[in-house]
Amino acid sequence: MPFTNEQLERYSRHIILKEIGVKGQKKLMNGSVLIIGAGGLGAPAALYLAAAGVGKIGIVDADVVDLSNLQRQVIHTTADVGRPKVESAAETMRAINPDVEVVTYHEFISSANIMDIIKDYDFVLDGTDNFPAKFLINDACVMADKPFSHAGILRFKGQLMTVIPHQSPCYRCVFKTMPPKDAIPTCKQAGVIGAMAGVIGSLQALEAVKFLTGAGELLTGKLLTFDALTMKFHTVKLPPRGDGCAVCSDHPEITELIDYEQPVCEFKPGKD
Amino acid sequence: MKITVDGDVKEVKDGITISELIEQENVETPEYVSVSVNEEFEQRANFDTRKLKDGDVVEFLYFMGGGQ
Repeated sequence: MPFTNEQLERYSRHIILKEIGVKGQKKLMNGSVLIIGAGGLGAPAALYLAAAGVGKIGIVDADVVDLSNLQRQVIHTTADVGRPKVESAAETMRAINPDVEVVTYHEFISSANIMDIIKDYDFVLDGTDNFPAKFLINDACVMADKPFSHAGILRFKGQLMTVIPHQSPCYRCVFKTMPPKDAIPTCKQAGVIGAMAGVIGSLQALEAVKFLTGAGELLTGKLLTFDALTMKFHTVKLPPRGDGCAVCSDHPEITELIDYEQPVCEFKPGKD
Repeated sequence: MKITVDGDVKEVKDGITISELIEQENVETPEYVSVSVNEEFEQRANFDTRKLKDGDVVEFLYFMGGGQ
């Protein structure tokens, strides 16, 4: 289908880019991205991907908007407090760009539903805030051969990596197993600067755009870290995907999804 | 000797082990950090004995669980 005049105008800054152009914009409009977590990372990613005209965007989150979310989750407003995050996020995304089909999943992801949810999307963004979810997303995406972007943020730092399963190293290649409950501080315990979610979530959106359009080089085989206090970006080259990984090697030990215990992030004084 | 730690060149004592470097660098949650030396992961069991060499490139990779 040719672009309408409104679309030509709306996406003109994309279309003028030689790496995107008319072809790339069509790929975005025919593409689909699933965002798991409508929070700090998911908010900027959802805003930019909706604005970019990605054809279908799924958004998964079981929570409602809390006042303490608004310091960084810029897709929600004060009036949204108490509403399901997916509803609030979808409303903002549709307001930005009515072209986009937004699909909401007001539920927690688990081994029971994740395969069914991710199967309908080209690319997955992990914007979750806990390790059980991060390992579940990694393992499910590896098993389903679904490319995805992992990211994490804490205090003034953030990191991300893109995984093309069975080609590039996965999250489990780097971080073998779940850390014990409360071993690693969470944002709730240790804090996070709001704009950090904006930086890293926007980088995830960029990876999704690059994946869908084929522009440039993906952040595969590398972990990008960002420290806002020193303003340093650093790319760590990862060892190649080897035989050692429990889930993405050619003879994996893990062949079924695992629901790790959900660590509810209680504040433990003195823990960090 | 000089090694590169998380992208920065540092002067360290000759033959420093990974465990000693972890302590010297004040690595947070040292029990859970992943360490790569010259783009290969080192097993945690070898942290006490693996001596680093001049010019080695060491990266600390941390669990970062936040996102919401």
